[in-house]
Amino acid sequence: MSAALELEGFSVAYGKVEALHHASLRVAEGAIVTVIGPNGAGKTTLLGAIMGLLPSKGRLHYAGAALEGAPTEERVARGMCLVPERRELFAELSVHDNLLLGGFHRRREGARALAADMAQVYARFPKLEERASQLAGTLSGGERQMLALGRALMAKPRLLLLDEPSLGLAPRIVREIYHIIADLKRTGVSMLLVEQNARAALQVADYAYVLEVGDIVLQGPAAELAGHPRVIETYLGLSSAAPRAGAS
Amino acid sequence: MNADIFLWLAQDGVTNGAIYALLALALLLVFAVTRVIFVPQGEFITFAALSLSMLEAGRVPGTIYILAIGGLAAAAIEGFGAARSRAWRRLPRIAALYVVLPLAVALLVAWAAPRKPDQWLQVLLVLAMVVPLGPIVYRVAYQPLASASVLVLFIASMAVHYVLVGLSLVFFGGEGLRSSPFWDARFKLGVLEVSAQSLWVLAASLVLIVALWLLFEHTIYGKALRATAINRVGARLVGIPTALTGQLSFLLAAFIGAVSGILIAPITTLYYDTGFIIGLKGFVGAILGGMASYPLAALGALGVGLLESFSSFWASAYKETIVFGLIVPVLVWLSLRSRHVEEEEERE
Ligand SMILES: Nc1ncnc2c1ncn2[C@@H]1O[C@H](COP(=O)(O)OP(=O)(O)OP(=O)(O)O)[C@@H](O)[C@H]1O
Ligand SMILES: [Mg+2]
Repeated sequence: MSAALELEGFSVAYGKVEALHHASLRVAEGAIVTVIGPNGAGKTTLLGAIMGLLPSKGRLHYAGAALEGAPTEERVARGMCLVPERRELFAELSVHDNLLLGGFHRRREGARALAADMAQVYARFPKLEERASQLAGTLSGGERQMLALGRALMAKPRLLLLDEPSLGLAPRIVREIYHIIADLKRTGVSMLLVEQNARAALQVADYAYVLEVGDIVLQGPAAELAGHPRVIETYLGLSSAAPRAGAS
Repeated sequence: MNADIFLWLAQDGVTNGAIYALLALALLLVFAVTRVIFVPQGEFITFAALSLSMLEAGRVPGTIYILAIGGLAAAAIEGFGAARSRAWRRLPRIAALYVVLPLAVALLVAWAAPRKPDQWLQVLLVLAMVVPLGPIVYRVAYQPLASASVLVLFIASMAVHYVLVGLSLVFFGGEGLRSSPFWDARFKLGVLEVSAQSLWVLAASLVLIVALWLLFEHTIYGKALRATAINRVGARLVGIPTALTGQLSFLLAAFIGAVSGILIAPITTLYYDTGFIIGLKGFVGAILGGMASYPLAALGALGVGLLESFSSFWASAYKETIVFGLIVPVLVWLSLRSRHVEEEEERE
């Protein structure tokens, strides 16, 4: 299968400190790929550099085009989209305007196309429609995450980068988010998913990478990796260890 | 002081205050979007006012040379960048935008000036000369520093200010100029005699303020500007080109500066460096509004106009001292309040 995204020898540094070392990673067209790893491994750094928010070294191919050095707006125009860890919403604009701006790069498609997509987002997240005219900064944590995802959907991405989309959400909303991820996959969107919740991520993903202190230390089909002893111990730890709790 | 004088001073204050309000809005807009404290705003007032007076006298304004020089500098920077990344496709657009367009405007003005066109044509020519200077100044001086700190950007502003004032002296000389009013009439409203020019100023300011409001509330580009001001990373992530929003905010600021210059040209005699003081009063207005709120900035600027007008009656020697002295208590209050905000953030 052809690749939606291909990185080779991809390095990112903050000043002199390198946070990602010569990573090579591939997202096949239409696939969900997950990157798991402990805090500070460099997952957020990786996604930021793919979007062009951070300067990087190495090869970055997206949909067959070399995009090293391209500005973020060009990557967005070509169909990349990131739901960032910190959400980066427009706090002093209304929920409605945040969604509208999510479709900024599609502004020439006309108001009708955007309105239809807006209706779809509202259908998925009725909470957002109730609060359409409320300022984004006054939303609850969970509502903010819905808005961040809704804003990304308005961009109609072909490659969606998700940085911990379910962090701190109630189980029902998490299920809704994984529904959306499955739906998007069915419409052919490729995804790169970073999750604390490794179990959920490995369930939904086709392929997985394990990132530790800036290095990719393990990779393989998600189902295989979910059975790897090192992954079980470190990332799926708690529940597999649970039966033995109190034994020693 | 009797009622006549009071009303006359109030009229004077409101007229000037309306212009300061426009300038305050422009300063706030530029600061919010680019974090630049736009000291050279005053030079756009000077350029517009002096150009108008010179066109009226049938002379070719020196603004066309400033425009040509600026355009060539921007073209050189863009061209060098394009050549370095071998993006030859960008060259025709760069040439059209920064070389052909400024030169075309310059030639048009040079041709039209001796023919003494109608006043409204003069106004259009002035706008065509001054407004493109906004994006050009941004491209040359600020865009390369886009991620620098507010202080570095401020120092760049001071440098741009001195360069532009220098060019202003070279191309306009030291003489003071005043243009003739658009509409030379006076009306009696009860005891108050209102000049038609101050009505012009008020009407134009109101129209501009409403237009700005419509832009920011009801167009995607206006919202994109606000979004950039609120969250730069978020703006980049939805595909808003932040270099373009920077240029757009400077375009609006140059437009507002030029309109202010055109409005003020028949009221005040302007010299090559007068715009700076006028711009500074708009800045005081913006500071009174806490550098954050558009309505407060407009109100603050109106207050500056009134204060200036009344203090010129009671203590004319101290007029400027009183107006600029107003900044001190406001800054003290703002810095006390901002320390408070930081503490709150740390506690989170
Ligand atoms: N702006 C920055 N300046 C300097 N170092 C940074 C910066 N941002 C991140 N780092 C460092 O880079 C490393 C990787 O950080 P990153 O945020 O990518 O981790 P992460 O895998 O996303 O962690 P988490 O799971 O906690 O979100 C960390 O050691 C972090 O301290
Ligand atoms: Mg992270």
